[in-house]
Amino acid sequence: MTDHSAEVRHHVEELNYLNNGWSWKSWLLTVDHKRIAILYLISITVFFVVGGIFAGLVRLELLTPQSDLLEPETYNKVFTLHGIVMIFFFLIPSVPATLGNFLVPIMIGAKDLAFPKINLLSWYLYVIAGLVGIVGIITGGVETGWTFYTPYSSTYSNGNVVTVAMAAFIAGFSSILTGLNFIVTIHKMRAPGLTWGRLPLFIWAHYATSLIQLLGTPVLAITLVLMMVERAFRVGFFDPALGGDPVLFQHLFWFYSHPAVYIMILPGMGVISEIVTCFSKKSVFGYPFIAGSSLAIAILGFFVWGHHMYVAGQSTYASLVFSLITFAVAVPSAVKVFNWTATMYKGSIRYETPMLYAMGFIGLFTIGGVTGVVCATMGIDLHIHDTYFIVAHFHYVMVGGMVMAFMGGLHFWWPKITGKMYDENWAKLSAALVFVGFNLTFFPQFILGYLGMPRRYAAYPEEFQVLHVLSTAGATVLAAGYLLPAFYFTDSILRGKKAPANPYNAKGLEWQIPSPPPTENFLTTPVVTEEVYAYAEAKEEKALV
Amino acid sequence: MEGHITPTKTYLAVFFALMVCTVLTYYVWTIDLGFFNVVVALGIAVFKASLVVTYFMHVKWSPILSKITVAISVIFLGILLLLTSMDYASRQWVPRNVGWENYPVLK
Amino acid sequence: MSDAHVATVDQAHAHEAHVAHQFVNARQQYESGNLGMWLFLQTEIMFFGGMFAAYGVYRAWYPEAFKIASTATNVPLGAFNTVVLIVSSLTMALAVQSAQLGKQKRLVWMIILTMLFGAAFLGVKAIEYTEKWHHHHVPGPNFIWEKEGGREVQILYCLYFAMTGMHALHMVIGLGIMTWLLIAALKGRFSPSYYNPVEICGLYWHFVDIVWIFLFPLLYLI
Repeated sequence: MTDHSAEVRHHVEELNYLNNGWSWKSWLLTVDHKRIAILYLISITVFFVVGGIFAGLVRLELLTPQSDLLEPETYNKVFTLHGIVMIFFFLIPSVPATLGNFLVPIMIGAKDLAFPKINLLSWYLYVIAGLVGIVGIITGGVETGWTFYTPYSSTYSNGNVVTVAMAAFIAGFSSILTGLNFIVTIHKMRAPGLTWGRLPLFIWAHYATSLIQLLGTPVLAITLVLMMVERAFRVGFFDPALGGDPVLFQHLFWFYSHPAVYIMILPGMGVISEIVTCFSKKSVFGYPFIAGSSLAIAILGFFVWGHHMYVAGQSTYASLVFSLITFAVAVPSAVKVFNWTATMYKGSIRYETPMLYAMGFIGLFTIGGVTGVVCATMGIDLHIHDTYFIVAHFHYVMVGGMVMAFMGGLHFWWPKITGKMYDENWAKLSAALVFVGFNLTFFPQFILGYLGMPRRYAAYPEEFQVLHVLSTAGATVLAAGYLLPAFYFTDSILRGKKAPANPYNAKGLEWQIPSPPPTENFLTTPVVTEEVYAYAEAKEEKALV
Repeated sequence: MEGHITPTKTYLAVFFALMVCTVLTYYVWTIDLGFFNVVVALGIAVFKASLVVTYFMHVKWSPILSKITVAISVIFLGILLLLTSMDYASRQWVPRNVGWENYPVLK
Repeated sequence: MSDAHVATVDQAHAHEAHVAHQFVNARQQYESGNLGMWLFLQTEIMFFGGMFAAYGVYRAWYPEAFKIASTATNVPLGAFNTVVLIVSSLTMALAVQSAQLGKQKRLVWMIILTMLFGAAFLGVKAIEYTEKWHHHHVPGPNFIWEKEGGREVQILYCLYFAMTGMHALHMVIGLGIMTWLLIAALKGRFSPSYYNPVEICGLYWHFVDIVWIFLFPLLYLI
């Protein structure tokens, strides 16, 4: 590759994927995976802001014990929409559709994904789903909780259930198509020499994620269809009054939605693996175990859905089995945490922004994961089910995990994506604010839940107020932390220093091409001769020089 | 591309087998075997489906990856059906009486 | 395709006409397309799997009602449709073979035959639906069941309409895909070196056939 890089750099002074056409058409009808990644990045940011506003409303309402800012019914709508927007429109596409879309073909040395038009189609489906969802929100919203449990959703809800569920349904197809594209691309389009044992862990994580997207999402799709039909035509698939079983809905729903939480964390784990090894300047510890644990999480994830249904009328014996398998999921997750830590051990660590996010991730994900084991214990879950303990647990994984990883990854590859450097000091400040704000927001919620504060209530007894105020204060800091990047990233695009091809001395094919990459990624197909994460060799070479 | 070209004879044989199976399904249905009606009907359906997958869909001559894909579909469908039925099969079972209804706090 | 050929295609951008820009050569494109379709069918299996799970649960709950309910389905029409679909699967398989052998005329005819049988299936389905409508066997407020177990029987009919309806929808989509395939075949776009789309559409068509192979005994017989 090194022979070509000079020639490549010269060529790209004039042309890269960003300045290759400025018209609307060149963006909206593009089949370039990098441009589609940008389109996704913009759209998920919009939904992150929307979901964030709903979160802000929830926290503001909970500032006082009375239900004073919002009517209880409005409050129900607000937390439901927060959940739906954040899960279906932000977390699920967050890393795969943006960083994954951008990086998967480049990391494996391909010119594009296997099906570029399907990739564009998936973005359009996402946008259509988003518009349908927004229509649903404006025309009445929905108050069922993001889970759409029947018979509440199918019979009793006054909200606009069908429209919003339809939005989730369409977004599901967008997610399926992304996953399908990734699996085919990873299987069939790897550059010569890029064996499975040399694949970056980011790719392994996306492979595992895509498997879940393919196998799980269709079941959610059909379940939502049956629920919508039940609501629209007053027939009974799940309605107990008509002989149906509402718990069946939960089975089918969680068959997707539990693996879906791994859709929301595995790509983040891939990002963290890349960042930790790069900023420790050390080859990743236990590569096969990190790669394998991604697959193990993906597969085991399909065996555990019943732990959401301990108190839903599920058989106690089934719950026992689900509980046991859930404990097993902790093993591959822990393998990852241990391996990241071992990678950092005796590494020459650089505390740059992506690394700060990665270290935040490891800590917060560990808390989220360990409390997950607590929740999976049947006896304890009977006490903490549907309390703020659960809320805190999954926010530690989803926000403390995935959003931290997304931010870390965005900072890590920002120079590659935009070709500009961002202001390191502001970025570090933002990372610190996010970390502090996050803990202040969600740690009190563990205590709240343990003390018995149920989730999904607009009003609460006065003794919980102190903790709720702390949580809301934390949310304010968190919001500031998330807002800062909007400023310094904009500044970076407008006035940032030009980024070199490899600003962090990182390994991987994406760092061997210019920043930003040319439209066709590689002018000649690269041939991989080096093992993955060969940081040790790099160090030795330097020592010799 | 030099994919495998199946001779028309094979296709016709498979078609004939499928037809026989269909008639057989119909015939078995006319006799009352109780629960075994379900077993036989589903067994024949699985056999027919595997014929279609193997010959009409060329899995027999496809790369190993296609075979794995088919296997994964069947396995995960199995997980869905099996773990769901695990709940329904054991829902009526009542845990052994451990005597906690006699605890004073519940009285 | 020999290895030497792969290398030359890789070096220069001397792409064969039907190889898209992101692929190195025709073989990579062929294998990718094929794998993509198989993965899509995987999602389809899970999609129908949700309904099969629901069927299994309710059949275990209400075996008697399901037995009574299936007496009201039109078994001869269902059996006829099974035969029609199997024939269409045969013609589809022969269409792929024709494309592989480069028999253009036979390919076109096989696609047309497949479409005709597909349309016949939908026609029969429409007759059955109308029949159900007249007998008030469509679930909802108008549902009337003269015999015993009306509440449970209605669940079977919910599943009947959901499953056959979803299957029919896939048939309609299949006919749309076949129309596109027919136009492409008439334009002579397929040859022994490029028949991937025919094969992929065939996979989809066979899958829809397989679903019906299961639906017929489950909904009409047992």
